[in-house]
Amino acid sequence: MDFWLTDDQVGLQDGIKTFLDGRFPLEVTAAREETGQVIDPGGWRELAEMGVFSLLRDGFDMRASVVAFEQLGRALVPGPVVTTFLAAAYLDGAADGSQIIGHLEPEHEFTVLEHGDQIDAALLFDDGRLSLIPATAISTRALGRPLDALSPVSTVDINIEIDPSNDTLAQGPAAEQAYMRGVLLTAAMQVGLSAAALDLANDYAKNREQFGRPIGSFQAVKHLLAEMMTKAEVARCAVHAAACALDGASNDPAVRPVSVAKTIAGDAALFCGKTGIQVHGGMGFTWEVHAQRYWKRAVVLDNSFGNADHHATAVANTLVTRKERN
Amino acid sequence: MDLRYTDEEQDFRHQLRAWLETVLRDVGPEPDRHDWPARRAYDTSWQRQLFEAGYAGINWPAEFGGRGATPTEHLIFLEETERSGAPYVGMNFVGLLHAGPTLIVEADDTQKDAHLAPILKGDHIWCQGFSEPNAGSDLASLSCRAFRDGDDYVITGQKIWTSFAHVADYCEMLVRTDTDVPKHQGISWLIMDMQSPGIDIRPLRTMEGSAEFCEMFLDEVRVPASNRVGDENDGWRVAMTTLSFERGTAFVSEMLQTMELCRELAQLATTITSKAATAWDDVGLRRDLGRVSAELDALWALTKRNISEATRTGLVGAGGSVFKLAYTDLRHRLGDIALHLLGRASLSIDDVGELATGAHIQGRIHGLSMTIAAGTTQVQKNIISERLLGLPKEPSMTRAKHT
Ligand SMILES: Cc1cc2nc3c(=O)[nH]c(=O)nc-3n(C[C@H](O)[C@H](O)[C@H](O)COP(=O)(O)OP(=O)(O)OC[C@H]3O[C@@H](n4cnc5c(N)ncnc54)[C@H](O)[C@@H]3O)c2cc1C
Repeated sequence: MDFWLTDDQVGLQDGIKTFLDGRFPLEVTAAREETGQVIDPGGWRELAEMGVFSLLRDGFDMRASVVAFEQLGRALVPGPVVTTFLAAAYLDGAADGSQIIGHLEPEHEFTVLEHGDQIDAALLFDDGRLSLIPATAISTRALGRPLDALSPVSTVDINIEIDPSNDTLAQGPAAEQAYMRGVLLTAAMQVGLSAAALDLANDYAKNREQFGRPIGSFQAVKHLLAEMMTKAEVARCAVHAAACALDGASNDPAVRPVSVAKTIAGDAALFCGKTGIQVHGGMGFTWEVHAQRYWKRAVVLDNSFGNADHHATAVANTLVTRKERN
Repeated sequence: MDLRYTDEEQDFRHQLRAWLETVLRDVGPEPDRHDWPARRAYDTSWQRQLFEAGYAGINWPAEFGGRGATPTEHLIFLEETERSGAPYVGMNFVGLLHAGPTLIVEADDTQKDAHLAPILKGDHIWCQGFSEPNAGSDLASLSCRAFRDGDDYVITGQKIWTSFAHVADYCEMLVRTDTDVPKHQGISWLIMDMQSPGIDIRPLRTMEGSAEFCEMFLDEVRVPASNRVGDENDGWRVAMTTLSFERGTAFVSEMLQTMELCRELAQLATTITSKAATAWDDVGLRRDLGRVSAELDALWALTKRNISEATRTGLVGAGGSVFKLAYTDLRHRLGDIALHLLGRASLSIDDVGELATGAHIQGRIHGLSMTIAAGTTQVQKNIISERLLGLPKEPSMTRAKHT
């Protein structure tokens, strides 16, 4: 057993981080909020050139992939990176960045779709089947004020005609596997987001002074930061453990660890997001300071591939052995 | 990153498992909590058995009588002993996990010869005389005084919360040997024979109802200067060796037990019925317990990361404090879920009727000590924020002179 990043994984992490720091600094990303096109097509293509979407095609495993996606989460890269990654297993255009593949997640009687105006198609997981729905088949109505300005949303008419002979990408175990990958990569982004929100708040706590000293010297503040760090670290471990399970590098089957990761990382991201705002005081409530962006994206990610409550319930169901009541 | 165990590690596990299966047949049930002679006999004879089979001091270096196992084998050992229901380390805790490891790093050869083997064999029980009435979280302000008199130190003062003091043979003592220097600099670490004249021990009843810890009153207790470990006034540094040990693997058995408790609580919920539904039909309960269960898995992963770090660097880094903070907080939440679920059955520590409720209430009570002992939650948060996140200390926490 060696539950530690390998040198290769550290290399990958550093490479992607350097790329993102140069190409996706948060000021630049945030400036796109005003453009109406939050996904920068050039940037998207460069992500593909970095190999972000084609990691599995290029011989990397899920452990490498969660390391990479943690960095995407940290940088708040806008756009459906997870579903484009999943689609890349089937579509060259997703792998090479010429197509952007979104995610249809029906819930109750309605569906709220992200990036409806920029995607070429969307994945739909339904009934043990993974389908690819072309954007032309999805009728959307844009919602004017998205929670996260970097995740524009529209409503979707739920009655989409699916043509199984054309639209099906995978069924059964393969579809199940793809779904678990999506859950886990989302969790990896939540870990990166948590760590980034912590870094921002930690810097602020060291520099902002009140009562003649840095606010980070007050326990009421520093304890919040300690809690953020604890949640982020624990979540990272859960994500890495689930990645090992999906790669077969663990004695545990993957279903439970994947739900564990999404539960813990989802809670961590929401906690770090809101606490980061609190540490910034009034500045935290401004549009300008990035603290708010972390919390908003945390809400978006929590609602993707099943929220923390959903996965916590799934974990609970593994605790007991009994027949479901009818 | 690989969670699979190597063939050697699996061989170690299977041998250990086979051994446990044979010996555990002859280990009797745990004695009553209040029967101290029986508890001592139970804990020490298990330690003796471990020693004879070569499992004592699993992570101690072989040159000091330990097994010299790798951190991963240590983890497997804790996992298998817990899984098989073997006795817990019990009152050998301080000797095996604090005093012994400190002696290995800091003691001279005579001291090592005198003390290490008896700890491994279960012949000597140790206790930890660190905390005082006025020195808890602020341990370095301790004032139990030791004066040099010829070849001896003469100790007068008071210690408190000393677990197992009334059954211990030796005590790792922190005493003040200089009052004219900053508080961290005037402390020495001594081996104190608990049979020495002048030690008055008064057991304190804990809220669990039994006497797990004691007050110790020391009146001119003589300890040979040759029992000092490390230099005079260098005891704080020596003590820190011990405390970093405590935050390493000390909670692994506990945590595995908690995982079991969590599964049992879920199972219990399926049998508690009201009208047509069981408690487990309540999705709120399932979410809450699912979260705790998920977090336990995540903490198990964190433990493995800590172990892997220790294998690579020889040290448990940031993960130790993070683990302590998260795990002890989780114990409170799990305990509260149990109280809510069990309702009026929470009013009894004995099982109520057919339902195995008692362990959950006992566990709820015990959880209350966990955010206090071995550094409170607030102190852990100070450590994480100051040492790991680099935040400034509070002005009042700077190194004042001892008064
Ligand atoms: C079951 C149990 C077994 C123990 N066994 C032993 C033993 O064998 N040997 C031994 O030496 N000791 C032992 N202890 C003592 C233990 O280490 C102390 O209780 C602990 O360090 C806290 O000290 P205190 O009790 O004096 O509380 P205090 O330090 O008085 O703390 C009281 C409250 O104030 C808070 N507080 C204190 N300082 C700060 C600060 N700087 N910032 C924020 N909050 C602060 C604490 O978090 C706590 O909530 C044991 C304790 C327990 C509960």
